[in-house]
Amino acid sequence: MTLHEIKELLEAEVLIGEEQLDMEVKTAFVADLMSDVLAFATAGSLLITGLTNPQVVRTADVLDIAAILMGRGKRPSQETFELAEELNIPILTTKYILFEIAGRLYLKGVRGCIEKAGSK
Amino acid sequence: MDEKPLYDGSFTITGGNFDNAGKVSSNIKTILKQIGLSKNVVRKAALVAYESEINIVSYARKGMIRLRVVPECIMIEAIDEGQGIPDIELAMQPGWSTANQRIREMGFGAGMGLCNIKSFSDIFNISSEVGKGTHLKMIIKTNCESLNS
Repeated sequence: MTLHEIKELLEAEVLIGEEQLDMEVKTAFVADLMSDVLAFATAGSLLITGLTNPQVVRTADVLDIAAILMGRGKRPSQETFELAEELNIPILTTKYILFEIAGRLYLKGVRGCIEKAGSK
Repeated sequence: MDEKPLYDGSFTITGGNFDNAGKVSSNIKTILKQIGLSKNVVRKAALVAYESEINIVSYARKGMIRLRVVPECIMIEAIDEGQGIPDIELAMQPGWSTANQRIREMGFGAGMGLCNIKSFSDIFNISSEVGKGTHLKMIIKTNCESLNS
């Protein structure tokens, strides 16, 4: 799915990366724990989270994450916003809860970046 | 490994400075990319540096990360002055943590840091002295063919 399609599907607001909406993501990872993101998420994946601090962007940067999608209506803090702008990492926000986001994206063909822990 | 390194430098990190946590790792990632190492190797090294940096910010008074790159490998050392780790075996267990609320709010402190560092390094070494500090040494092997030079 492209970020644009994800935006439409989840009635999301694009906070950063309007010019990158053609980017395609095939895999995603959902977590609020950044250490788990570091352990499991793969490059080019969509990071779905409810965490809003700058560490989300740092983590995304370290892992070459394609874009960040914040669920349950969460919005980045000012520092987070500025850092994502500087590092050019798209941030989208949607009111859907993380379970709904994952389910809706899965129905459209997006898959987990791994299926089970330890299967990397 | 007597040849001149492709990079050799250190970065200081202040304990408790949560706002900047990750900045050093971003710099390290940029440096490694510029050297022309493969994406996968850069990613592993950046991850190892980032977890180490988070540990220093979270638990130490101050510390530094030394980055040394030679064609065969990336060497990352994280050296801090802090409380040290009384039981390293216990600290290495997934899920074991002494993190406070501040650290958990950042999305860390779930007892995964050292495990992640170990699993993404090709060689991992840890030593610690209670009341003095902790010293991590990590080596990530590069794929020499991936170098541009």
